[in-house]
Amino acid sequence: VQDLPGGPGVRQLNLTSAATRIAAEQSWLHWFMLVTCLVIFIAVFSVMFYSIWKHRKSVGHKPANFHESVTVEVIWTIIPFLIVIGMALPATKVLVASKDTSNADLTIKATGYQWKWGYDYLNGDPQGVSFVSTLLPAHREISNEGARGPDVPNNYLLEVDNPLVVPVNKKIRIITTANDVIHSWGVPAFGVKQDAIPGFVRDTWFRSEKVGDFYGQCYELCGKEHAYMPIHVKVVSQDDFTKWTADQKKIMAAKADDPSKVWTLPDLEARGEKVYTANCQACHQPNGKGAGPILPLDGSPIVNDPDKTKQIHVVLNGRNAMPSWKGTLSDTDIAAVISFTKNHWSNHTGQIVQPAEVLAQRGK
Amino acid sequence: MSSSAQGTPNYYVPQPSRHPAFAAFGLLAIIFGAANWINGVTWGRALVLFGFLWLFWVLFQWFRDSIRESEGGLYGRKIDISFRWSMSWFIFSEVMFFGAFFTALWWMRSHSVPALGSVDNAVLWPGFKAVWPSIAPGATASPANIIEPFQTMTPFWLPTINTALLLSSGVTLTIAHHALRANHRGMTVLWMWATVLLGFSFVCVQGYEYFHAYHELNLKLSSGAYGSTFFMLTGFHGFHVIVGMLMLFFITIRLMRGHFTPERHFGFEGAAWYWHFVDVVWLFLYTLVYWL
Amino acid sequence: MSAVLDPHGHGAAGDHSGSHGHGDDHHDHAPTGWRRWVYATNHKDIGTLYLLFSFTMLMIGGLLAMGIRAELFEPGLQLFNPELFNQLTTMHGLIMVFGAIMPAFVGFANWMVPLQIGAPDMAFARMNNFSFWLLIPAALMLVGSFFMPGGAPAAGWTLYAPLTLQMGPSMDAGIFAMHIMGASSIMGSINIIVTILNMRAPGMTLMKMPMFCWTWLITAYLLIAVMPVLAGAITMTLTDRHFGTTFFNPAGGGDPVMYQHIFWFFGHPEVYIMILPAFGIVSQVVPAFARKRLFGYASMVYATSSIAILSFIVWAHHMFTTGMPVTGQLFFMYATMLIAVPTAVKIFNWIATMWQGSMTFETPMLFAVGFIFVFTIGGFTGLILAMAPIDLLLQDTYYVVAHFHYVLVAGSLFAMFAGFYYWSPKWTGVMYNETRGKIHFWSSLISFNVAFFPMHFLGLAGMPRRYADYPMQFADFNAVASIGAFWFGLSQVYFFFWVVLPMLRGRGEPAAQRPWNDADGKGAEGLEWEVPSPAPFHTFEVPPRLDPTATRILDARVQPGH
Ligand code: HEA
Ligand code: HEA
Ligand code: CUA
Ligand SMILES: [Cu+2]
Repeated sequence: VQDLPGGPGVRQLNLTSAATRIAAEQSWLHWFMLVTCLVIFIAVFSVMFYSIWKHRKSVGHKPANFHESVTVEVIWTIIPFLIVIGMALPATKVLVASKDTSNADLTIKATGYQWKWGYDYLNGDPQGVSFVSTLLPAHREISNEGARGPDVPNNYLLEVDNPLVVPVNKKIRIITTANDVIHSWGVPAFGVKQDAIPGFVRDTWFRSEKVGDFYGQCYELCGKEHAYMPIHVKVVSQDDFTKWTADQKKIMAAKADDPSKVWTLPDLEARGEKVYTANCQACHQPNGKGAGPILPLDGSPIVNDPDKTKQIHVVLNGRNAMPSWKGTLSDTDIAAVISFTKNHWSNHTGQIVQPAEVLAQRGK
Repeated sequence: MSSSAQGTPNYYVPQPSRHPAFAAFGLLAIIFGAANWINGVTWGRALVLFGFLWLFWVLFQWFRDSIRESEGGLYGRKIDISFRWSMSWFIFSEVMFFGAFFTALWWMRSHSVPALGSVDNAVLWPGFKAVWPSIAPGATASPANIIEPFQTMTPFWLPTINTALLLSSGVTLTIAHHALRANHRGMTVLWMWATVLLGFSFVCVQGYEYFHAYHELNLKLSSGAYGSTFFMLTGFHGFHVIVGMLMLFFITIRLMRGHFTPERHFGFEGAAWYWHFVDVVWLFLYTLVYWL
Repeated sequence: MSAVLDPHGHGAAGDHSGSHGHGDDHHDHAPTGWRRWVYATNHKDIGTLYLLFSFTMLMIGGLLAMGIRAELFEPGLQLFNPELFNQLTTMHGLIMVFGAIMPAFVGFANWMVPLQIGAPDMAFARMNNFSFWLLIPAALMLVGSFFMPGGAPAAGWTLYAPLTLQMGPSMDAGIFAMHIMGASSIMGSINIIVTILNMRAPGMTLMKMPMFCWTWLITAYLLIAVMPVLAGAITMTLTDRHFGTTFFNPAGGGDPVMYQHIFWFFGHPEVYIMILPAFGIVSQVVPAFARKRLFGYASMVYATSSIAILSFIVWAHHMFTTGMPVTGQLFFMYATMLIAVPTAVKIFNWIATMWQGSMTFETPMLFAVGFIFVFTIGGFTGLILAMAPIDLLLQDTYYVVAHFHYVLVAGSLFAMFAGFYYWSPKWTGVMYNETRGKIHFWSSLISFNVAFFPMHFLGLAGMPRRYADYPMQFADFNAVASIGAFWFGLSQVYFFFWVVLPMLRGRGEPAAQRPWNDADGKGAEGLEWEVPSPAPFHTFEVPPRLDPTATRILDARVQPGH
């Protein structure tokens, strides 16, 4: 393996090289702390080891009798206090700068889902663009197989299907929230980490000074696939960004399914299979049998129930370990995947769920 | 606890005893049963019941032994002081426990509910108007509208009656204490019964209050931030009232059996401290939960 | 004798102590057989029970850690699925914190506090045993949760909502187990406080008390202040899970971050609960082997109290990435950094104690010096984490894992080893084998650093914690860490079979009453060295008369063995 630009390096010893001012200052602060602490450490322990060397019984040293001195004790209380103040001052400066999210050029909402990130562009040109960003399924497979062999890619576990794309040298404000449990959105090269808390919005910002790909991972334990929801940010020039925006808008328009369209079962099943592979398979397994706390779909009473609304509700709203999908999947996708599961493996219900039926159950 | 200071040992180290290990066994049954019960396992409830019976049986013997030791004159002055320290710090730990729930009330009321209704969070909860207790005019019951409308518990009349009951029980208890110190045992017992009775009426009124809340106000444990804090705070308080009442009850029985002396009666005082603590917590509840 | 588990009863080990009498012979009520342990009311027996229990939990928690390290040895999933991996991490943290470290210190307190202050026993002997026996159901429930449907809790030892709301039934078992452990800790702390405040021998004023008692007194206050708060937090989790409350559910007006505030209000003092008794042990060991009185006794007491008080106002340094207002972050950053000051005082005082001493380096001293050295590294990384801007990069990475293992393993655990080697002659009446002790020390020290030092690099490079699999670039340091971890684990196996077990069976050189004193009397001080080795079943049944320094007994008549 080689270093991954914008991501971790092989045997990297220090912080990831900075792509933003804030990250550069954090990096400086870290060096400053490292050096200060090292100096104190050496000073303190040279005294100790000197004493260990010289004041041993085996070299015949006789114990002294002193055991108190208010003067030195006051001195060595005050000196550390001053050192600490000296450390706090630069830290305050960097912290205050890093918290100022005002006057952003572009605001993007990042929503944590178990286990992927949803991005919505909230203002400016790309307003309305929104997509979901998932780890490449191939990487998840490699992980299951033990990640052996020479052809494990450099960006193993970090590459996603739809990276977040932002323009260079622009102040990007990221609003985080989550749909199920707490996640954390962080990119080391930007010096940014912000928890995504369900029900609340929080924000952070960065202004990348370099173009390229930058990587981060979910930093807050969010359940089983916590290690598999990376963050991948593509920083591009303003021109490229404008082009990308235009493309996205076209894709958005094309993707917008009409929920009142009536589908045939084979079409829905074909689409459902794709949805299943991308979203459900990680837990429910390709054979639909589930594992551990994950219930099987194959032969499941709910899947095979003649009352279709039962399964629709579980998929929409979640239940126990099952996340809610109403925010991430469209009515058509949900209808497709339910139709798929109802007619796959040993399930042969022959039932078909239309998007309109899903729409009708939303909010119920 | 009692008996004369003459000839009592400085320390008292009890003989080996099976009570602690047995009591721990009872607790194992309780928690194992409870963990299963709340997850719908059928035998869970039976195991909890068994655990409690077992535990009470053990505690009965344990306290019986302690009381015998006390009446047997084994507890000297130093041990009396030990009891005082331990009871004080136990009550302190209880204060911290209630502190956690009062903090939750404060946080939800002054922080999370307003934050959920603020402009920042309008992206997520567009329709939510935050007005504590989420049911006032103009408010929507909860951010996600998962909560049925309810009415809040007003300070009049039930909680006010309860305040009166608890406060007067504090007074009767103090009268009983003075009587004990003056060696008027009959009076002591009488006022003790009055105290226990007042405590008992408190519990009854609170039981009725809950009934009223569930059936007439539609105010439930699941009524969002308000319901959660209301029931957890008043519920834990009520539980402490019951415990305190039991303490007073057994102290009264002991008084009737001639235990304690005018000078030495820490068993009595410990229970009284506890009762006053429960009283003070109630005053906080009364102002913070019912009034404000 | 007390800590010797010899089947032939307590007489056998007593024979070793030759010159001393049989302290317990005239106590016909000294119980025998299993009843002696299960029905124990003797602080020494209960202390032994605590220590054995916590060592067992260390083994179980360590085995889980070995599972973690084995999985992380290479990238990719080999041994466990990610769900099980999270269970291992969670249970490792919970078992180590609540099962291994905390009870071990209570065990030390049980053994040493009454001996050090000249008391016959703990203030409430039966409640003392209850505190111990409560741990058994709790541990059974915790460890047993692996076998419950859905497996053990997997939400991290911090049990953050709302992830806990997704857990299976074992979460409830875990919550109840922690309730019980909390009750045990509170009772144990009350016992220690009362014993220290009320049972000191005449002349043993508070400011003459050994440092270990002081640190435990302060720790006990921390415990009774914060364990109930933890109980509150997990009770809210329980009702959120089953009874429809919405404390942590924003849909009903609650807030997941509120859980974190309540948890860390407990959690931060908790980490000092795990280090203050360690400071106490080190403060006993260093003067003994420097043959010099502890430097700055009074300032040690004040520093310990300051750490304890400050620990209540720093909790949100675990929450810098939750998105607090900048004023909040600044406040918690400053308060946290302030803790370096009293800690500095402690470190300097230890070094000043060594300064101009006449030092020897038996195993207890080695561990104590190792503690000072390695704990300071952990303290400095803590300080770096306390800088909020840097913490934004390091929070929830392996840097944090490195930090807290430096303070917990090389801190708390090493101090316990020091304490074990220092006091076990008194407990068992036999000396450990010095060579083996030294092997244990050097092997542990080196392997510890091999295991945990590379984690700093991983964290700086951004490797998140609680990950079952990681990018290829992190592979090498993870492999090194795993090798170090196995080596460290094996060192502890060595410790158990080659050091602890022989002592438990009474094998080894008989220990003198004052194993750490030279012929001229220089060395260890304190009342625990005024009783024979092994310490008789009952000690100080009559309050001893003390000399003005409260380290010597004047009236030998009342003490057995003289
Ligand atoms: C024994 C336990 C213990 C101890 C003693 C400490 C001690 C300290 N800890 Fe640590 N900490 C933990 C256990 C402990 N910690 C655990 C378990 C976690 C993780 C929990 C989790 O998330 O799972 C954690 C996490 C943690 C974090 C959160 C990290 C994150 O999640 O992002 C922070 C941040 O501020 C922190 C800071 C500190 C500081 C400043 C100290 C200070 O007390 C250190 C003071 C010591 C020194 C500074 C060194 C000695 C001093 C000198 C030689 C004098 C000269 C020095 C100067 C003048 C600078 N700790
Ligand atoms: C309190 C004390 C404590 C102690 C003593 C330890 C001891 C160890 N811990 Fe600890 N650890 C924590 C507290 C502690 N830990 C906490 C609080 C967490 C956070 C949990 C969370 O994220 O929620 C954590 C998390 C944690 C992680 C991160 C997991 C993750 O984020 O996914 C790792 C990874 O390496 C780790 C490793 C180790 C190792 C190798 C040891 C070793 O020191 C253990 C050595 C001991 C033994 C090995 C036992 C003796 C040996 C045997 C029984 C025989 C078998 C041995 C072999 C086969 C070799 N720990
Ligand atoms: Cu999402 Cu971790
Ligand atoms: Cu902390």
